[in-house]
Amino acid sequence: MTGALFPRQAGLHPPAFTPGYKTSVLRSPQRALISFGSGPSEETGPAFGHVKLGEHDNDLLLNHARPGQSAIGERIIVHGRLLDEGGRPIPGALIEIWQANAGGRYRHKKDGYLAPLDPDFGGCGRAITAEDGSYVFRTIKPGAYPWPNGPNEWRPAHIHFSIFGHSFGQRLISQMYFEGDPLIARCPIAQTIPDKEALNRLVAALDMAETKPMDAIAYKFDIVLRGRRQTHFENRLEGM
Amino acid sequence: MVQKLDRLGLTPSQTAGPYVHIGLAPEACGIEKPPFPTLGTEIAGPAAKGTRITVRGRVVDGGDLPLRDCLIETWQADAAGIYPGQQGADPAVTGFGRFPADFTSGEFSFETVRPGAVDLPGDQAIPPHISFWIFARGINHGLHTRMYFPEDNLSGDPLLARIEHRDRIATLVAEARGETEYWFEIRLQGAGETVFFDI
Repeated sequence: MTGALFPRQAGLHPPAFTPGYKTSVLRSPQRALISFGSGPSEETGPAFGHVKLGEHDNDLLLNHARPGQSAIGERIIVHGRLLDEGGRPIPGALIEIWQANAGGRYRHKKDGYLAPLDPDFGGCGRAITAEDGSYVFRTIKPGAYPWPNGPNEWRPAHIHFSIFGHSFGQRLISQMYFEGDPLIARCPIAQTIPDKEALNRLVAALDMAETKPMDAIAYKFDIVLRGRRQTHFENRLEGM
Repeated sequence: MVQKLDRLGLTPSQTAGPYVHIGLAPEACGIEKPPFPTLGTEIAGPAAKGTRITVRGRVVDGGDLPLRDCLIETWQADAAGIYPGQQGADPAVTGFGRFPADFTSGEFSFETVRPGAVDLPGDQAIPPHISFWIFARGINHGLHTRMYFPEDNLSGDPLLARIEHRDRIATLVAEARGETEYWFEIRLQGAGETVFFDI
C-alpha cells in the first residue's frame, strides 16, 4: 500500500491531558493539533528489515544472562501479528520491547525501587516481523511496581512496545497488559484510554495452544497500525 | 442496515514512561553490556552529500522545566529532498535519528545533513524540514512536529498554510546559531506552545 494514511480514529488514543496521570498535566499541549493529509514526509519511514539481529535479541531470558544462566521469573512467550486496519500483515517491521524484571524492578539508573535487580535479566528486546507479520519474544512475566502518582499506586504487569510500520506517520508506542490482572482497572495510565473496547486490545490473552509444556506459558498480542488508502486518484495536497 | 466496514480496531497508544531508554536507547541508561546498540545514532554517514549541520535543543513543559527523560526521533530527506527508500536517494543517508535528552540539562543534539526541499506533484515543493516525534513520561501519545530553517521561504508550504494563527509558525522555525548550527526549542504547553500535528 502506498497511498495516503487513513486519518486517525477520533477518540481512540488517550487525550493529552489526563489529570489522573499527574505528569500529563504539564506535558500536554493546550492548543488543538493541526490536521492535514499525509504527504511524502509521513508516508515514508525508516526501514529496518535489513538490520542484522543478534541470535538472542528477541530472547530476554538469555540476552543479558551470564553463560549457562537464565532470567528468574515466570517464563513466557509473547507472540502475535502486526497488521494494518485492513487486516494486511506488515512484514519487515521493527518491534522493540522493554520491561521490568519479575520483581517489578527496571534496569535503569533512575529506578530506585527496593526490589532487587536480576543479574541475568536486562529487560530489552527487539524483533523484525516475518512475511505474515508475525513476531515472537521469550521473556519473564514482569512484576507490578509502585510509582509516585497517587499515594499508593501500582502499575499492572506490563511490557512496553515500540512499533514501526512502513511510514513515520504510523509510529506507535504502547503497553501490553496481561489477561485477568486486577490492577488494570485501577491504573491511571491504562485508564487514560477513553474507550474500554480499545483498552481491551492492549490486554494479551493467555494462549495455551502456543504454550510450550514444561517450559513457558504463551500470551498472544496482536498489534494494529493505521492503514493506507489505495491511490484511486492523485489529488492535490490540502492547502495548495 | 448497511454493509460493515471491514476494519480492525487500532491499537491505542500509551506513554513511553520514564524508563523508555531501556528499550530504545539502552546505552544511555546505564545498562552494562546492552544486548544491542541504540538505533538512529547516524542520520547521515560521512559520505553523505550536502551541508553538515548540528541541531541542538530541548523540550520544555508547561512549568518551564526542560524534560530530562524524553526521547526524540527525527525523520528527514537527503540533501536533494529524496527520502531513504525512494528512487535516487543518497545511500549514505539513513534519514532516521533517535536521541535522548541529557539526564541533567535536558538538552539533545544531533548531526545531520541539511535536507533539501521535497518535491510534490506539479510545480510545488515542501521547504526543507526535519520531522520530529517526541515521547516521554506524561505524554500519552507521541507528538509530531517539524523543524524548518530560518533562511528559507516558507510561504508555499501546504501544511503551514493550514495554521490559522500565523504567529504560531515561528514555533516551528529553528534559530540559527552560527553558520551550520541550529537551536530548536519545543514548548509543550502555554506561551509559545509549539505547533503539533495530527498526521
